[in-house]
Amino acid sequence: MALEKVTLGKSITNGLRKAMEADPKVVLIGEDIGKLGGVFRITEGLQKDFGEERVIDSPLAESGIVGTAVGMALRGYRPVCEIQFDGFVYPAFDQIVSQVAKMRARSLGAIKMPMVIRIPFGGGIGSPEHHSESPEAYFAHTAGLRVVACSNPEDAHWMIQQAIECDDPVMFFEPKRRYHDRAEYDTAATSAPRSLFEAAVLREGTDVTLLGYGPVVKTMLESAAAAEAEGTSIEVIDLRSLSPLPIDTIVASVRKTGRLVIVHEASSFLGMASEISAQVTEQCFYELEAPVIRVNGANIPYPPSRMEEEFLPDLDRILDGVDRALAY
Amino acid sequence: MSDKVVAELHEPTPAVGDGGPDMIQLLTPEGQRVSHPDYDKYVADLTPEDLRSFYRDLVLIRRLDAEGYALQRQGELGLWPSLLGQEAAQVGSGRALKPHDFVFPTYREHGVGFVRGMDPQSSLQLFRGVSQGGWDPQENNFHLYTIVIGAQALHATGYAMGVRMDGNVGTGDPDRDTAVICYFGDGASSQGDVNEAFVYAASFDAPVVFFCQNNQWAISEPVEKQTRIPLFQRARGFGFPGVRVDGNDILATYAVTQHCLDEARNGNGPLLIEAYTYRMGAHTTADDPTKYRVSAEVEEWKFRDPILRLKTLLAHEGMADEEFFAGVDEEADRFAAELRDGCVNMETMAGETMWDHIYAEDHPVMEAERAAYLAYKASFEEAN
Repeated sequence: MALEKVTLGKSITNGLRKAMEADPKVVLIGEDIGKLGGVFRITEGLQKDFGEERVIDSPLAESGIVGTAVGMALRGYRPVCEIQFDGFVYPAFDQIVSQVAKMRARSLGAIKMPMVIRIPFGGGIGSPEHHSESPEAYFAHTAGLRVVACSNPEDAHWMIQQAIECDDPVMFFEPKRRYHDRAEYDTAATSAPRSLFEAAVLREGTDVTLLGYGPVVKTMLESAAAAEAEGTSIEVIDLRSLSPLPIDTIVASVRKTGRLVIVHEASSFLGMASEISAQVTEQCFYELEAPVIRVNGANIPYPPSRMEEEFLPDLDRILDGVDRALAY
Repeated sequence: MSDKVVAELHEPTPAVGDGGPDMIQLLTPEGQRVSHPDYDKYVADLTPEDLRSFYRDLVLIRRLDAEGYALQRQGELGLWPSLLGQEAAQVGSGRALKPHDFVFPTYREHGVGFVRGMDPQSSLQLFRGVSQGGWDPQENNFHLYTIVIGAQALHATGYAMGVRMDGNVGTGDPDRDTAVICYFGDGASSQGDVNEAFVYAASFDAPVVFFCQNNQWAISEPVEKQTRIPLFQRARGFGFPGVRVDGNDILATYAVTQHCLDEARNGNGPLLIEAYTYRMGAHTTADDPTKYRVSAEVEEWKFRDPILRLKTLLAHEGMADEEFFAGVDEEADRFAAELRDGCVNMETMAGETMWDHIYAEDHPVMEAERAAYLAYKASFEEAN
């Protein structure tokens, strides 16, 4: 046991370090990740300890980051790419959806693509455009990829290690506005508490199920605490895995509560909530007491940062969604 | 910038019909062996036996190509990208490789695959529609075909970065030092991924040889649409050497590729080779080149045929006789028959295999969808 209070960002750093110590084939590649330690300092100190060949400062070209990582994976390495910000992943889109995702299938299983693409995502940090986006649905839509998002320091620590151990490509979304959140946990724990592709019921409840991932999980927990004071019992689920979707956990919860509110920062149209809503409707038609409610970003480009609080789901909008579900 | 330099920069460079003075050539279109001070040494050890086997490879892959074309016309293939005219560029470069080198092809390198030891049927699978690739790249160090133009240039570069990380560059051990070769065309030279690959390869001294077959046409667009300067000169801007070789000259292609691969293996990569050649056929069977190029151009290139010039050399130098040439033709006939037979008898995999191999580890969606599909199929049998 080594109980420590660690930030979410540092938890990822520690997870990367453990993965690199455990497997010499793990290499990191991204912009400014060497001496600087990345713009969010997630790789701080790693180049000093593991060298320039394993912590690679890449030229400023995202398709190049992912495309060369494909080649390294073919050579037997386990590359971990850092995309500096969510809105900068699009130059690498072809490499991710046409190359990374399909390589194994095209070889009829002869080759594998063990790589992780880390993306800090979401808003709330007052940045200019392209620095606050939530592009996860594009990747969850693409077969061949796995997509996960962490929400708290302890999960970040073991999830990044499991993602690197996975023989499939994993898109790893990090809630950038939660990088500085701290939590105490056993940092020496070697075995993961559960599978990377399972959801976590963070709080049990009986009236409404509140489901989300990444940065909104903390807001959901605060909402549930506020609702409890008003006598509403909310079950909170951290989805963690966006693809594959841990639908059984969601269905079991909705069968109990009869109501589901899905929260994410990404725009609602064809977002994760749309798919989850469809699957829950298919599986829980007779148990649902209300339509599935979505509390998501508006269907507009991410707004200027002075307006972002109006765009992002916050405690009040989440509770409004809960009220709407309860009104049926 | 002086007015003169600006004027030079803005002077459009025509597609130099003969490849220009910088083009390395060891065998003229007339079959004359010509000397080159830097490259003769790479062909000096070639025996008549080697040259006859070059000829055989050229003839067989031209036949492979002809069969691919015919099979498409007969409805047995969905599409066929022809390599007609590019045989020497592919065999010359492919034969320069060592077994432990690694190849990243486009979708037109049937000839390179053949000399790497690939089953010729492999090239047909994708175009028959029985798989999206279907071979293990590690068996012959020959990667899957890449259709998205230029995307493989980054894969080759990353692979070469891995070779360097493995310490398999510049050791002086010929069984260990490894080069990577990446094929692409003149059209791909405009792609972002190719240019990013040049930047990455240069930054990390990657042991990769970029092999650009400039066949003058990217579907309907002439090479002038892609570049103002000869493509091999692009390398200089990225800080590494570039060389133009006569892509229809198997000796020069072999020699120049040997040299560049050696340089890469010794740690002096990356390098760019522009193999100056011509796409004699259509881009693919779905294309109609009569809409965009004149037949006189094609006729002119027929005089530079890569097979004819080697045949002339072999005959003229007494290295092969009529019996040999007739023997190769007979082998090509047998080869073609086997190819057709194999193609039409290729098995289409069962529907439920669609969900196989998407992921390496268990995936609930794959399992659930496969099970639902099988149940749906079984429902018809029950109904019967």
